Amino acid sequence: MGKNLYDKVFERHTVRELESGQFQVLVGLHLIHEVTSPQAFSMLRQSGLKLLYPERTFATCDHIIPTLDQSRPFADSVAEQMIAELEKNCKEFAITYFSHTDGEQGVVHVVGPEKGLTQPGMVICCGDSHTATHGAFGSIALGIGTSQVRDVLATQTLPMSKLKVRRILVNGRLKPGVFAKDVALYIINKLGVEGGVGYAYEYAGDVFDRFSMDERMTVCNMAIEGGARCGYINPDETTYQFLKGRRYAPRENFWQQAMAYWESVKSDPDAQYADRVTYQAEQIEPMVTWGINPGQSLGVNARLPELTEVPKNQRPLVEEALRYMNFKPGMPIKGQKIDVAFIGSCTNGRYSDFELVANLLQRGQYKVAPGVRALAVPGSQLVHRQLIERGLDRVFSEAGFELRNAGCSMCLAMNPDKLQGRELCASSSNRNFKGRQGSPEGRTLLMSPVMVAASAIAGEVADAREVFDLNT
Amino acid sequence: MSDLKRERISAKAVTVGGSDIDTDRIIPARYLKCVTFEGLGEHAFEDDRSQLKQSGALHPFDIHEFAQAQILFVCKNFGCGSSREHAPQALMRWNKGIRAIVGVSFAEIFFGNCLTLGIPCVTADEQSIKELACANRADPDLEFCVDLKQMKVFFAAREVAISMPESAREALITGRWDPTVELLKSKDHIAASAARLPYFRGWSSAT
Repeated sequence: MGKNLYDKVFERHTVRELESGQFQVLVGLHLIHEVTSPQAFSMLRQSGLKLLYPERTFATCDHIIPTLDQSRPFADSVAEQMIAELEKNCKEFAITYFSHTDGEQGVVHVVGPEKGLTQPGMVICCGDSHTATHGAFGSIALGIGTSQVRDVLATQTLPMSKLKVRRILVNGRLKPGVFAKDVALYIINKLGVEGGVGYAYEYAGDVFDRFSMDERMTVCNMAIEGGARCGYINPDETTYQFLKGRRYAPRENFWQQAMAYWESVKSDPDAQYADRVTYQAEQIEPMVTWGINPGQSLGVNARLPELTEVPKNQRPLVEEALRYMNFKPGMPIKGQKIDVAFIGSCTNGRYSDFELVANLLQRGQYKVAPGVRALAVPGSQLVHRQLIERGLDRVFSEAGFELRNAGCSMCLAMNPDKLQGRELCASSSNRNFKGRQGSPEGRTLLMSPVMVAASAIAGEVADAREVFDLNT
Repeated sequence: MSDLKRERISAKAVTVGGSDIDTDRIIPARYLKCVTFEGLGEHAFEDDRSQLKQSGALHPFDIHEFAQAQILFVCKNFGCGSSREHAPQALMRWNKGIRAIVGVSFAEIFFGNCLTLGIPCVTADEQSIKELACANRADPDLEFCVDLKQMKVFFAAREVAISMPESAREALITGRWDPTVELLKSKDHIAASAARLPYFRGWSSAT
């Protein structure tokens, strides 16, 4: 019987079986940022430990960085303290740090892939649950906590239990106006926010075969929102072409050797899976969340559930969501007036996300509706530079978007970019939790960047296919 | 090592109802702006607590009778969302400190973070959780005993069955839940595994 990629990569990285029955697993690439690492370094110092392989850890600053004035010291003294701490730790422990003064900074899950650090067949860890993003290259990529960051720094390993693997096939062809984000939200809607607990998700089928790396990253990024610790896609020609020429990718003389390794970890055609599900791409609509978890979503033209349609045991959660969002059962989501539009984050903050939106904005000289605050925040300084080089920065500003500097920004609002009061935000980010975007009462509607742009223009939740005439 | 062993945790309890309680609710992101975990305890469930207060109700963490609690009863998919260890760090620093959590199910990263801190997250079926919650709400002074040897929660003259993955249980009852020491024991194995991976030393220096 064949093996899947998860099993192969797990086995190749297993150091030994621990007495507890877990496995000690080697971490091939470790990424750190300013929020979840400082306490880990303090713990190291307390126990007098050193880094075992400092060359396998890379750092950047993303969560707390302001997107307007990035001059030092930051206006927020705690943010300044956090970035200073990261810089100090990287220096002391000889860790490569991608800083914004060098133009190398960005959201850690955008920076890793764009530098060619993220490669197939690796085990990748970072103190951030959206580490799942890197699975798009055919790696096992897991979010970890701070004590585990300490353990990776000190031992380059972690104790892990083996996950089951669920193969998720999406076959057929997506309709115009339906994007990777919609696929991600659709899968979470179908399998539930805890449907993936205990599983790694292997995404496959026509849709993923055709997807670019950016699109694959969008879907893998949200594996964790469905409860799956990680999600991955088998590497193929698209993966290899993406990697070629990037700074940390194999040089020409090592390319064949690298390819041999990458090909060797792919799932076998007769691989075993604990579970399989199949979806048809044509069924997927542009998705919008209406509640307080990413599984509470619907097609943009659908109506919110009536309480009578909801299974009794789920009713309290639905009622809680409706109360928080100030929505009524059975109402349409389309036409809901929005206050803020946000394009960015590790889910949808890559060059192609902005390029696609810019092309549509340009087509009709569209303008953001009066009263809507619209932010476009590149996932990295490189993405930002590419937008400027190609003149797309002007497209955003002429349409009424504020194009900011790179960072996590309003995805979790640890910097000054926050919702105010009960504002409703159309957002290309990954979480619609209560209070997620910086106001304890703020409300988030997750959707694709194109849908965010369409809603910004309409001033209300809109079907991008109608706004941008995408049906042909 | 005896003080690290987590065989039986006997304490008063507090129940936080509702499914899919995410880490942003356990500790809002603005409190992640810190370089130590100290002081997080008072902000546990902060936004939920203040919103309930505004509506004239009280969150269980604000009800005086539950202030001594060290065992937390929760519902389904508790701790979903981000990987922030700040969530269990806040719970273990709240008042007397939460030392064990009993729920219908837990998000995986949260479970792992708790384990690394020596906090058992054990599961029980929905009916049992209801029983525990009822007993707890009826008498906040009631002591519960989370027994990882017998895999039961004992209270009054009653008991409910609990479960958790064997490897986690083993780590907790033997006091080996903080893995650094054990991981460090095998430096030679680590080096050998690294040498076997073609990419580990960087492709430019690969042989």
